[in-house]
Amino acid sequence: MSDVKIHVEDVTRVEGHGDVILDVQSGEIKELKLAITESPRFFEAFLLGRKWYDAAHITCRICGICSIGHTSASLQAMENALGVQISEQTLLLRRLAFAGETLQSHYLHAFYLVAPDLLGVPSVLPLVASHPDVVKMALRLKRLGNDICCTVAGRHIHACAMKVPAFPKSPKAEDLLALKQRLIASVPDLHATVALLKTLSLPAFEREMEFTALHHPDEYALYRGEVIRSTVTGDTAIPDYKNQVREFVVPHSHAKQVASAAGPYMVGALARFNINYDQLRPESKEVAEALGLQPICYNPFMNTIAQVVECVECTLDGIEFIDRLVDGDMLHDEDMTVKVKAGRGVGAADVPRGTLFHEYAIDDEGTIVDCNLIIPTGQNLNNIEHDMRALVPQILDQPQEKIALTLEMLVRAYDPCISCATHLLKVEFV
Amino acid sequence: MKPRVGMFAFTCCEGCGLAVIECENELLDVLNLINLVEWREGLSEKADPPELDIALVEGSISTHTDERKLKAIRERAKVLVAIGACAHTGGLNALKNRYGMQEVKQMVYGDAGQQFDTIPARPLSAVVPVDLFLPGCPIDRNEFMTVVRDVALGKTPSLPSYPLCVECKKKENVCVFFKGMNCMGPVTRAGCGAICPTFGDGCEGCRGLVDNPNEQAHKETLAEAGLSLDEVLKHFDMFNSYQEDQHA
Repeated sequence: MSDVKIHVEDVTRVEGHGDVILDVQSGEIKELKLAITESPRFFEAFLLGRKWYDAAHITCRICGICSIGHTSASLQAMENALGVQISEQTLLLRRLAFAGETLQSHYLHAFYLVAPDLLGVPSVLPLVASHPDVVKMALRLKRLGNDICCTVAGRHIHACAMKVPAFPKSPKAEDLLALKQRLIASVPDLHATVALLKTLSLPAFEREMEFTALHHPDEYALYRGEVIRSTVTGDTAIPDYKNQVREFVVPHSHAKQVASAAGPYMVGALARFNINYDQLRPESKEVAEALGLQPICYNPFMNTIAQVVECVECTLDGIEFIDRLVDGDMLHDEDMTVKVKAGRGVGAADVPRGTLFHEYAIDDEGTIVDCNLIIPTGQNLNNIEHDMRALVPQILDQPQEKIALTLEMLVRAYDPCISCATHLLKVEFV
Repeated sequence: MKPRVGMFAFTCCEGCGLAVIECENELLDVLNLINLVEWREGLSEKADPPELDIALVEGSISTHTDERKLKAIRERAKVLVAIGACAHTGGLNALKNRYGMQEVKQMVYGDAGQQFDTIPARPLSAVVPVDLFLPGCPIDRNEFMTVVRDVALGKTPSLPSYPLCVECKKKENVCVFFKGMNCMGPVTRAGCGAICPTFGDGCEGCRGLVDNPNEQAHKETLAEAGLSLDEVLKHFDMFNSYQEDQHA
């Protein structure tokens, strides 16, 4: 068997900096890793000593793509620490902004980062000429996700209007109703996306693995959950997240790796789909069926398909949330007063790339004295390496460039957010 | 000939690159003006030949690798534009500089952290000459398109030289000081349309200080509103700690 030596420096079309390294000698894998080379930023150090109200606006800057996701986990953690209850209006507005971010993030991944591989081009740029209608549709769909965030929260990247314990300024009913019309009008685009995906094929690869996601008894868990649910280790209470998320250090990576009691696991759209399938709307299930996705699916490349299914769910969620906000006559300015007291709180959200945890402790003056942040991509890194180990022997007979491309596609399928993973994973020595 | 443009990211959240993608429909117009030849986050293509007319660079410089790569980009590019607070002022990243580098590694990563290459975070201009700045956390996409259009057409773009309060008043916002909130508007460079006060929040100064800011008057106003100097300074430092520490 021939030798293979691959070093993909700075994998492209992913968020952040990571290298894929593969060394095969006489058919035997000597080295195989996803090395994270992103510069660490030390948020958990410089959050200490700052006030409770800074936490959301600082931690949202961990990541541009899932900024509202970080904000959501941060607000829930701080509200739990302060013992603050939020109103139904605030909950619905946050869920609406979260749906908007999920839409923009999933469309970005499916159209800009993954589709070029499936259409055999190096980026979205050649598609502007070869598939102008697809590119325009992608721009239109993604713009809608962004505009939802802008209307509700000021902007998508680093939302100004998401705060403890409410929105300082409520959006206008007429602006939300205009978004509702655009959401309804986007349904044909979603069907066109499904039709396009039906013509493309993803690598057939399966590895039996553990999936983890938040679960909520009354809704398909995205903005919030009631428990952490694993297909292998069962349910864990959110404040006990460290029982499920066990971090350890690897020498080749600027991000720590994570395992559950049972080993590596996957978080993200495919994990949510596998765990919370029963709670999806019939329309979302139909799209899943049309694209050949059924629970439990063990092919990580199908994560992109699960994201498209979630786009259907979030589109219909958005319409429902707007109806409830407008018909329930809820859009008024709320009291922003917060009574500061010492406490500790954990917040969890299932952001586009998977389950995100923020934990803070504050003293009686509201100063942050401890914090811990656990990022979805950090949880996936270990699983990606296990996938690569299972995948490489199956594709070893292919040309080296094809092996490299398939490994890059696998990394991309997880939609990794390397900036997040690097900047935050914190290790605790037992 | 359309100018050859590369986009690069260092220590940051890559949100400014995302803000560029979020120009969406208008992005196609920008792409008619420029030839985007390299961008790791969005494209697999690499610039060939490597020479660039314009390098758009986000992120601050916080590792030796960052430093080496930025110098190489500077050599390739005729015009280097620092985009976003991290590249412009050092941004949030510079907050770690107040600790020792050994200390932050230990705090966040434990003993294993000693393997990391981390140096005090700096804005791009502390490492290489920078031709233009596009401020903000994140950048404002309209300002981005204006600046890129100007540079592509050979014009020198100009940023507003007045404070945010001017834009905020034009929007007829109720001043957040009256709500007892903190706001950096009086000393921060305008250009974002006063987006944070418009959505009911105070300005956090992400665009950096306006030319000749009256900092003392601002601190006094805040003190009158019952806000402590300490908290005011904490807000000054969220995006501008590098400059503060240089002057200290």
